[in-house]
Amino acid sequence: MEIVTSILAGLLFATGIYNLLQKQLLRIVIGTTLISHGAHLFILTMGELKRGLPPVLTDGITEYSDPLPQALILTSIVISFGTTSLLLVLAYRTAKENNTDNMGQLRGTENE
Amino acid sequence: MIFAVFLPLLFALFVPYISKIKAKVHTGIFVLIIPILIFLYFIRFIGTDFSPVTETISWIPSLGINLTFYLDGLSLLFVLLISGIGSLVVLYSIYYLHKSERLGHFYVYLLMFMAAMLGVVLSDNVFVLYMFWELTSISSFLLIGYWHYNQRSRYGALKSMLITVFGGLSMLGGLILLSVVTNTTSIQSMIAMSDVILNNDYLPLILTLLLLGAFTKSAQFPFHIWLPDAMEAPTPVSAYLHSATMVKAGIFLVARFSPIFAGYEWFFIIVSIFGIATLCWGSYMAVRQTDLKAILAFSTISQLGMIMAMLGFGTEVAIFAAVFHILNHATFKGSLFMVAGIVDHETGTRDIRKLGGLLTFMPITATLALFGTFSMAGIPLPFLNGFYSKELFFDATLHLNEGTLPITNFLVQIIPYLAVFGSIFTFVYSLYFVFGVFGGKKQIDQLPKKPHEAPIGMLVSPIVLVLGIILIGLFPNMVNGTFIAHAAQAVSGVPIEKDIYFWHGFITPFFMSLAVVGIGFVLFLTRAKWAKVYHAVPGNFSFNGVYDWTLSKMDTVPSKITNTYMTGSLRLYAALILSTVFLITLGALLLTNGFTISFDNLAEITVLEIAVVTIMAVAAIATIFARHNVSAILILGVVGYGLAILFVIYRAPDLALTQLVIETITVALFLLCFYHLPNLRSPNEQTGYKFTNALIAIGFGALMTVIGIAAHSSKWFDTISEYFLETSYKLGGGDNVVNVILVDMRGLDTLFEIVVLGIAALAIFSLIKLKRNKGAE
Repeated sequence: MEIVTSILAGLLFATGIYNLLQKQLLRIVIGTTLISHGAHLFILTMGELKRGLPPVLTDGITEYSDPLPQALILTSIVISFGTTSLLLVLAYRTAKENNTDNMGQLRGTENE
Repeated sequence: MIFAVFLPLLFALFVPYISKIKAKVHTGIFVLIIPILIFLYFIRFIGTDFSPVTETISWIPSLGINLTFYLDGLSLLFVLLISGIGSLVVLYSIYYLHKSERLGHFYVYLLMFMAAMLGVVLSDNVFVLYMFWELTSISSFLLIGYWHYNQRSRYGALKSMLITVFGGLSMLGGLILLSVVTNTTSIQSMIAMSDVILNNDYLPLILTLLLLGAFTKSAQFPFHIWLPDAMEAPTPVSAYLHSATMVKAGIFLVARFSPIFAGYEWFFIIVSIFGIATLCWGSYMAVRQTDLKAILAFSTISQLGMIMAMLGFGTEVAIFAAVFHILNHATFKGSLFMVAGIVDHETGTRDIRKLGGLLTFMPITATLALFGTFSMAGIPLPFLNGFYSKELFFDATLHLNEGTLPITNFLVQIIPYLAVFGSIFTFVYSLYFVFGVFGGKKQIDQLPKKPHEAPIGMLVSPIVLVLGIILIGLFPNMVNGTFIAHAAQAVSGVPIEKDIYFWHGFITPFFMSLAVVGIGFVLFLTRAKWAKVYHAVPGNFSFNGVYDWTLSKMDTVPSKITNTYMTGSLRLYAALILSTVFLITLGALLLTNGFTISFDNLAEITVLEIAVVTIMAVAAIATIFARHNVSAILILGVVGYGLAILFVIYRAPDLALTQLVIETITVALFLLCFYHLPNLRSPNEQTGYKFTNALIAIGFGALMTVIGIAAHSSKWFDTISEYFLETSYKLGGGDNVVNVILVDMRGLDTLFEIVVLGIAALAIFSLIKLKRNKGAE
């Protein structure tokens, strides 16, 4: 199964990057979200999949799935949520101010 | 001795105050004390029983860099030139520069230069030598650009800076190599270990780098181009820096290191070729100039070439002649620059075509010029020192050592002829200088000022120098045993006993001198007829043109290159970054045989998982093809929820919970932001872009898959989660291991993740609230 999820993570990366390279601002944010999904799945796959029960201690159970990648992913989800929402609002403001969401037209000023 | 080096720098600190307080008295009068003191300090070392002196102050002992100063005959010759001519130049400048000039600046730069130059010639440590070397470049830059409102001055200053600093950095490379090879930073120790250096593989590189430094500083062909442009400096500066001292720093460097390289045949070949080429080219070009200082600049280039060539010859007579000529050249060239300055000062022009017949107006100046130029030309008169060194030069060209390489023997054959050729033109421009200015018709109406004799104060310095010419000319052996011989010994490493006589008998050097005088005189008289030759050689070609072309290309070509990839398009930047990462990672993977695949230790595949994975894959691909924004956002939601279901399947309840909540909020935010945007037409991608985008995306995705599989297939050690599972309750007091890790075992991560969220919230708040309209308010 790890091979299948690796392929899925790769696919999420590929679609994310394809969206990232588009001109529309929305597509770029979609792309970053897809990439972060891919990264989370990647971390989960790297710790082995499905080797026991959820890591909540219960009497009589010795096999649990690895808790460390889960903690890492949880941190990562929250951080990527923070950045994604900031990015969204930034993109929204940019599109409103410049009246375009085309990256080809957003090129800064001449003398930067 | 150490104090003498730093005295000018110390005094320079006070010069600005002096120049302000004593506005009525010329600042130069106070400055004059310094070089005189230094000169008096060093003159007591002169004597037949001189032996080298060393002084050290530790500076950076851990790196072996100490302020070690070493005074031998060669250094003594140079420090006396620097302080002696320095005194005369300061005296001259008192009369040359008016009190309305920025005198504080001038004397600070000049004292800086003096200290730097003393440091160069006295340093025994290569890195200290380099430090002072660059200080001479900087102070020379400041002095050339002294009249900075003048465009030519700025151009000349920049040019000299670029060329000499280029050479200085090359020299630093050579010095570092030398100190690595010999494991010492002291020049004297290096000389003692010359066999180590000569047998080293880096020898050609060391020699090239060192000589680049020496050749650029001493204006050797083809790096001579900065010197004529440095003539934009005030004349005292030209006299001091660009004839007597700084341009001889390269000569000094070659002389200082020649005990190491003596006997290495390529040293002879390179130094001689460049020296002779400089001699010929400089003297040939000097006749073409119309500006007095430009004539003198090319003359300096040519004389420096002659000294350099003699150092390259490396025979005892050549070294002796080189050292002798350093002294002689400083005397006559210094006085000639001062004469040119006087002419400029009293007539208002330096253009030789407008000058003429000044003999009756300026008899003293004319006499001084006559002595200076005749000495420079090497006219055989017993009271001109230039003749002695020139004849020794001819003598040296005739007694060169045969070598093993054919090129050496070829050089040995042709050098005497080239020497005569260069000397003929030296003779021509010397006569051209003196008769063009002081002889010929009077053209007073063409002059900006009515010419008259210079004030006596201005004449003192050139008179002293001309007295030097005559004294050395009349009594050459006065400076020989006490002074020149020590310097020559320092260069060659063995004591050189050489008597200087005016009359040698009818030997070849004398006939060479006669030929120079005869042919030179004919050429001088018929100058108008053959001057057309300059249209053919060099014609329109000039090394200045090469320099200007290089400089402009160095400006335009990089900006063109930068503009090709710094287009301002984020897509391009992202594509470049991603492809670079892709290529480097793939390369590393291939080079290390990193890819392994193992089917052991895999979780089993169930239908449910396959179904979820398939749905996610389809949804992810669909985001690309979704036409409308809202549908793309909703499909993105499908991917997020699918991930949450995967979290459920893979026994991660906390993740599933968080993912569900956050995905919901994210989708809501997406909709909020983009559903309410004005109708913006989504841009159409060009097909070419689509293709490269797809290529990069697929390549990168595939790479990540490969890395994932390879990483999973080669696990090198067990997970540390056993520890978390064991101690979660015992130490953390919690059953939920993930939560215990987040708040207890790795609580710091969580703290800063909260900070991230807080910052994001604040940033979003300010983005929405801060509605400043394009900088207006």
